[in-house]
Amino acid sequence: MLLQTCLFLLVLSNFCMLGTPRIRRMTGMTAIQGLLLTVLLCIFGHVMLAVAVLLIKGLLLPGLLWRTLKRLPAQALVCPRKVVPLDVLAGMGGLAFSFWLDGRLVMAHGLFPPMLLPLGLATLFCGLILIVGRIKAITQVIGYLVAENGIFLLGMPLMTTGTAWFELALLLDVFVAVFVMGIAINHISDSFASIDVARFRSLRD
Amino acid sequence: MTLFLWTLCLLVAGASLCAILAVCPSVSATARAANLIGALGSATACLLGLVALVCSPWNASLSVHLPWGLPVGACALGLDALSRLFLLPVFGLGFVCAVSGGLSLRHERPEMHNFGAHWLFYFLLLLGLALVMTSRDAVLFMLAWELMSLAPFFLIDFNDGDSKVRDASWVYLTAAHLGAVALMAFFVLLWQTTGQTSLDNVGPALSQATPGLQAALFVLCVLGFGAKAGLAPLHIWLPEAHPAAPSHVSALLSGAMINAGLYGIVRSLGLLSQAGNAQEWWGWSLLFLGLGTGVMGILKATAQSNLKRLLAYSSVENMGLMTMGLGVGYIGHICGNGWIAVMGVSGALLHMCNHAAFKGLLFLCAGEVLHACGTVRMGQLGGVQKKMPLVGIAFAIGAASIACLPPCNGFAGELLIAFSLLDGPSLNGVERQMGLLVSFAGMACISGLAAALYAKAYGITFLGQPRSGFAVNAHPATWRTLWPLSLPAAVCLAGGLAAPAFFKLAVSAAHCALPLSDVLSAQGHNALRQAEHSLTVVSCVGCVGIALVVAILFIRKILLRGRRVKAVPTWSCGFQAASPRVQYTDAAFSEPMARIFGRAMGLKVDVHQDVQLFPQDGFLAIMAPDRLRTKLFTPLFQAVESLCNACKIMQHGKIHLYILYMLATVVGLLIWGLRV
Repeated sequence: MLLQTCLFLLVLSNFCMLGTPRIRRMTGMTAIQGLLLTVLLCIFGHVMLAVAVLLIKGLLLPGLLWRTLKRLPAQALVCPRKVVPLDVLAGMGGLAFSFWLDGRLVMAHGLFPPMLLPLGLATLFCGLILIVGRIKAITQVIGYLVAENGIFLLGMPLMTTGTAWFELALLLDVFVAVFVMGIAINHISDSFASIDVARFRSLRD
Repeated sequence: MTLFLWTLCLLVAGASLCAILAVCPSVSATARAANLIGALGSATACLLGLVALVCSPWNASLSVHLPWGLPVGACALGLDALSRLFLLPVFGLGFVCAVSGGLSLRHERPEMHNFGAHWLFYFLLLLGLALVMTSRDAVLFMLAWELMSLAPFFLIDFNDGDSKVRDASWVYLTAAHLGAVALMAFFVLLWQTTGQTSLDNVGPALSQATPGLQAALFVLCVLGFGAKAGLAPLHIWLPEAHPAAPSHVSALLSGAMINAGLYGIVRSLGLLSQAGNAQEWWGWSLLFLGLGTGVMGILKATAQSNLKRLLAYSSVENMGLMTMGLGVGYIGHICGNGWIAVMGVSGALLHMCNHAAFKGLLFLCAGEVLHACGTVRMGQLGGVQKKMPLVGIAFAIGAASIACLPPCNGFAGELLIAFSLLDGPSLNGVERQMGLLVSFAGMACISGLAAALYAKAYGITFLGQPRSGFAVNAHPATWRTLWPLSLPAAVCLAGGLAAPAFFKLAVSAAHCALPLSDVLSAQGHNALRQAEHSLTVVSCVGCVGIALVVAILFIRKILLRGRRVKAVPTWSCGFQAASPRVQYTDAAFSEPMARIFGRAMGLKVDVHQDVQLFPQDGFLAIMAPDRLRTKLFTPLFQAVESLCNACKIMQHGKIHLYILYMLATVVGLLIWGLRV
């Protein structure tokens, strides 16, 4: 029951992200997703990993994002409103597609608890939609984190002690990616006086 | 074979030296050195190559595997009668053009051109041609083919200050690479079917191929090699490239390079027939493709007023004749008629050698006229024979050969193809008999028009009075610069007088091209004897004719000795105010033909006549644009360009949409993978 509730809250947080044009709220949702993942890990009995996830996904990464947000001007923290309904629609499509995939993919019986596979996929698609639909560099970082949360969720039932190292490596990978993108955003902000990736068009041939 | 390998090494060494000179600063000393090394080096290499061809027995089949590994395929070279026959024009004409080019480039300004680069690409063209004719591996063949196709682009672009020349070289490059695309598809398909890249023993593996696959191979080979050979409608690069290139390059391209296309078709037909399921429609399509090319080429040539453009269209016509010979020979091979098979293929091969000699000669003569007068527009010329008698004589010999006048060499090849077509009634089925006889009629028409064409080309350019200042101020050429022309001219005469000997060489090559069974070989030997007899009779009559002409000239000289000869203007029916403007013009020469074939020739007549009572000046211009280029290829390429531009909306620079493409692809692949 707790598992189902956590998964439901996760999907809700996904749609909250898709449904808001404000980056601060999206950052907050990232932290909430980190917390939800920690709870889920505890349900699966990986307490050590849960602590690591709480530290990295629940505190460190949102903290880094908060730090970046503070340095940015206020108008940079709101995405255009007109893409929001489209994003929500696309998220619904992604959810439906995930359920369709769940019916089609052949998995070992009993490997995934009910609803985990489709909702993990839905989180992954939600992250990709955030990357595609929002034009700020920072929302792309957030989208990347959400997509990684989806992958993490899918990997959870497969975890044994051996694969935990793999997951830790993945977390490190994400950490480095956010670190690099944080620097990149600062530089983009300096060079283009904006973190709007649509301005990159001037770089094409 | 060792000598041949030495020839290749010499070509590579010459190319390297010229490459070094090409990057040196362009001063007159560098230019002189490049000219000397280029001309002497390539001439020496060509002579060595000729010696290599002559030293080994003509029918011997030699092969060598060099230990240099290619990524795929092998460095396999082979030399048989067919390769030798096709290498003869390459080295022979390569020698003449190198010497002639070296002599003519002395007058060019070194600061305007890069002579090192020019001779580098000349070496590379010769190297590419030699490798194409001898490679026995598909990958090596394609590499050599690319080398051979790329080098002329830079050779044609010698006068790159002129926008028309640049345009012509791009047209050439496009045509060459469209052909290469078809060839790559051909070799990939061959490799997929047989699982090997060696061309020597590909035949048995091909026998499992389905008829559809074999037909696809045939079509690809005709498209790819036909673009190089200039078969209609893929000929459009020839009339652009030949007038733009320097004359020694045009001569080599027209006399030796386009033969590579024919060589490819001959070899591929041999490969595809080895499998034992050769199809008759291949022969018929080659026959009618050749007929169409020949008729179109000669009609377009007749409409031209630029001498080099005329010669380029005439090359198209001659390639058409050779393809006809090949097609009819193949039909004879399939239908089991040894006479038609041997006569057709050997006629085509003999005509190929002859064409190299006379077309090389004619292009070099045109180059001399261009150098002396500054133009090759026939409307501006006239009376050049008096200024440049040696060039006039050489051109006359070339024109007589290409117009198939016995005893020159052009007659022999076409006679053999005609023999082959005339034997049509011995085939089974009235449609085959009719097909061959209709082709014979077409070929007779082509030959007749060719005679008229060269009467025009020689008459308007060399005879009569000068039509403009270009011809009046022509500076005479001396024997010292003209001696290279004597070699192809001598071959034109010798090829006719010693036709039986050349015929034997061509027959050996024909046997190499299409392996005939024993029954057909017996018939073929019979054909060989009879044709040899006919050619001997023609040679004897020709010898007697030449002897008579020489005797008459000698007697005239003796009779006129000691008497005063007075030169007076030509009697013009009592008209006193004769001027060069009352002479026949090139347009007037083609006008009677234009009345019959006007639409086919694609003439564009622009007339402005004053219709008042006392007419003032009028204006008439006759142009012959290539309708295939303006109506087919230009709109086609424009459509492709606009389609490609339309695709550019996908490349908008928005990164998040690029990620959307990836997402859509991944989702699409997932759906496609799970759809069942």
